[in-house]
Amino acid sequence: MSASGPTPLFAAYGIVKRFGAFTANDGVDLEIRAGEIHALLGENGAGKSTLMKILYGLLEPSEGVVTHRGDIVRLGSPEAARALGIGMVFQHFSLCENLTVAENIALVMPKSLNGRALRERIARLGREYGLHLDPERPVWSLSAGERQRIEIVRCLLQDPKLIILDEPTSVLTPGEAEGLFAVLERLRDEGRALLYISHRLDEVRRLCTRATILRAGRVVGACNPQDETARSLAAMMVGTQVRAVTPKTAPAGGRERLRLEKLDLPAPGLHATPLRAISLSVAGGEILGIAGIAGNGQAELFAALSGETLAPRPDALRIDGAAVGRRGINARRRLGAAFVPEERNGHAAAPSMRLSENALLARHATAPLARFGLLRLGAAQELARRVIETFEVRKAGPDPAAGTLSGGNLQKFVVGREILAEPGILVINQPTWGVDAAAAAQLRQAVIDLAARGAAILVISQDLDELFEIADSISVLHDGTLSPPVPTGRTNRAAIGLLMGGASDAIPAPQSRSEALAHAS
Amino acid sequence: MTLDIVQMVLVTVLTAATPLILAGIGELVTERAGVLNLGVEGMMVLGAAAGFAVAMQTGSTGLGALGGAGAGVLLAALFGVLTVGLAANQVASGLALTILGLGLSGLVGASYVGMKREPAPHLALPGLTDLPGIGHLFFGQDAFVYAALVLVVAVWWFLGRTRAGLTLRAVGDDHTATHALGVKVRKVRFLAVLFGGACAGLAGAYLSLAYTPFWAPAMTAGRGWIALALVVFASWRPFRVAAGALLFGGATVLQLHAQAAGLGLPGQLLSAMPYLATILALVLLSLGRRRGGSPGPAALGQVFTPSR
Repeated sequence: MSASGPTPLFAAYGIVKRFGAFTANDGVDLEIRAGEIHALLGENGAGKSTLMKILYGLLEPSEGVVTHRGDIVRLGSPEAARALGIGMVFQHFSLCENLTVAENIALVMPKSLNGRALRERIARLGREYGLHLDPERPVWSLSAGERQRIEIVRCLLQDPKLIILDEPTSVLTPGEAEGLFAVLERLRDEGRALLYISHRLDEVRRLCTRATILRAGRVVGACNPQDETARSLAAMMVGTQVRAVTPKTAPAGGRERLRLEKLDLPAPGLHATPLRAISLSVAGGEILGIAGIAGNGQAELFAALSGETLAPRPDALRIDGAAVGRRGINARRRLGAAFVPEERNGHAAAPSMRLSENALLARHATAPLARFGLLRLGAAQELARRVIETFEVRKAGPDPAAGTLSGGNLQKFVVGREILAEPGILVINQPTWGVDAAAAAQLRQAVIDLAARGAAILVISQDLDELFEIADSISVLHDGTLSPPVPTGRTNRAAIGLLMGGASDAIPAPQSRSEALAHAS
Repeated sequence: MTLDIVQMVLVTVLTAATPLILAGIGELVTERAGVLNLGVEGMMVLGAAAGFAVAMQTGSTGLGALGGAGAGVLLAALFGVLTVGLAANQVASGLALTILGLGLSGLVGASYVGMKREPAPHLALPGLTDLPGIGHLFFGQDAFVYAALVLVVAVWWFLGRTRAGLTLRAVGDDHTATHALGVKVRKVRFLAVLFGGACAGLAGAYLSLAYTPFWAPAMTAGRGWIALALVVFASWRPFRVAAGALLFGGATVLQLHAQAAGLGLPGQLLSAMPYLATILALVLLSLGRRRGGSPGPAALGQVFTPSR
């Protein structure tokens, strides 16, 4: 490998990392050159994160070396990595929630930079790259998309030579992602190296000229993604062909099952979004997609639908005709509704509790899991076992804590938990956020199959590919207002993107049909 | 004349508040780093015994104060090794520390029971100290009182204005995130624990060297616990700790005066008031939490084990 091209800027040779008996990296070689965007591909659990942490000095390899311009370097700590010019944009944001944006950034900046100078640099960078941030806001009040902006700005402020990006677009809208790509291409042209980790193979094909593919801790291939198809890349990652999602056969048009009527909700917090006169209707067999940029009311809409926030009047929300606006989550579940929130850890599942206990948490109202107030642990374990089997949840041990599962597998579990209840109405927020391609395809298929069995499904997602793949029609949530639904076949990504940016009356052009079909294929 | 009576009361309030300020500000720093050290009472009482012993041996109040702070640091170091280094449970270790401190202080102070020495010298500035009404309050205190007040300002400045203070707050908010950024979480926490110990020891030394210039077993009489409550009461803000300590000190003095005046209320009820106020403050704080964010250090009491 080293015979071709100049000395790599950074390289890792023969990296082995063991955690007890488990080998996360097994003899991994990776070479990154200046001025390239290098893709690191692999399923969840393939060892990408371990390798990244080694390059950022968070983990020390059990064997193997890291070199910088051909010299062996020891990355004992992130400071050492930063001193060599390695920056990192974390997927699971490495931010302190109760500190402000500026304070979070100041944590990794040189000590000499005082408050005002730092704010100026944040503002300048924001203008330059379109990454706008209010330095005084506490992080807890920001959406996932805004938090990622902090991560990126924090990384760029250190003027890095190598930037490691872990799933950087997973929370961005297509428009925002385009902006990010422009930034990344510019950074590449400035002569920096970028290591780009993404499950979104079309992005990798667009941005990257070299890719290293990991499977089960080993390098299984290297290629130029631009010479490959998304399908062939995915096949290299998982070792088999990824199932394509089979479109739903049963057309929409059953009876109305879920209805929101002029729902107004004040903002629940200082920086939250109020909901304004939201009306929507989902029929049996229909999948309605809600697109929108993070922080435009998705969390608030989900809370209103699930019953975590009660509506001001009972008839604002109807489930199968019953006015449930003032009733709680269990009452809604008993009527056949099911909910999958965005956050897997802490909202959909309690990370420190076992899978069977997590099954119990969501299903106690609808499954026979308790009798006379006493838990039937056997029944809960049986339910968890069925979910694990049906949805091929990969885990360690018979009934591990939810937090030990990888993101994709935990998502399969929480979605499976709801779908096995055969709900008549399913509300699901960001169904495949940070989930690998194979698991995402499986989850989308499960949602489509549920709709084909007559359920009304509402999918809130920032992933437009996903919505165009599974939804019958799409509405856009912008600043707490919902646009009227447009059938997926009669609109295109550009039109939806305009609505997401706040343009009203973005009527899809008539010629858009063929384009939408091209995307769907 | 009445002005002098007011001043006299205020001076007693200030002196009663000083040990609470000292111990509270130390615990505040420890807790802002995410470590809950319930052993304040133990570190304080050992500081009182050791401080008195050193002062008797050397004849120097200053060395005594240093000895008290040093004893607090030693005990805190033990706590730090257990909870920060070995990831032991903080609540259990803290309670054990209090019991250990009470026991050790009895041992250290055994031969000094009943001895007396001159209280720590008070500031005397010609002209200023004799100012009617305010002179003694502002210019006639001992060094501990001024040190406590300076410490409050210094800690406020450190936490809010310095990089090291920011790092400390970040560690207390989310140790996983700060660790990922390369902050040495355990080192920061250990130093914060040591600082808390030094402050608690100094607070104890103040009791045996200035407040009641003799040593008696268990002489801290629960002040360490009040300091702990104060930190929560103050929602982890330095100036509020000082204000709360003055309030508690005021309540103590008021209770004495009320009992002396033969007021109808039982003294026990009056001395319970500050604790009731703490409970009320906790309720109000948790109400505030609903608006998002966390009033205290989010990682408080959580044990950190880096994966490496």
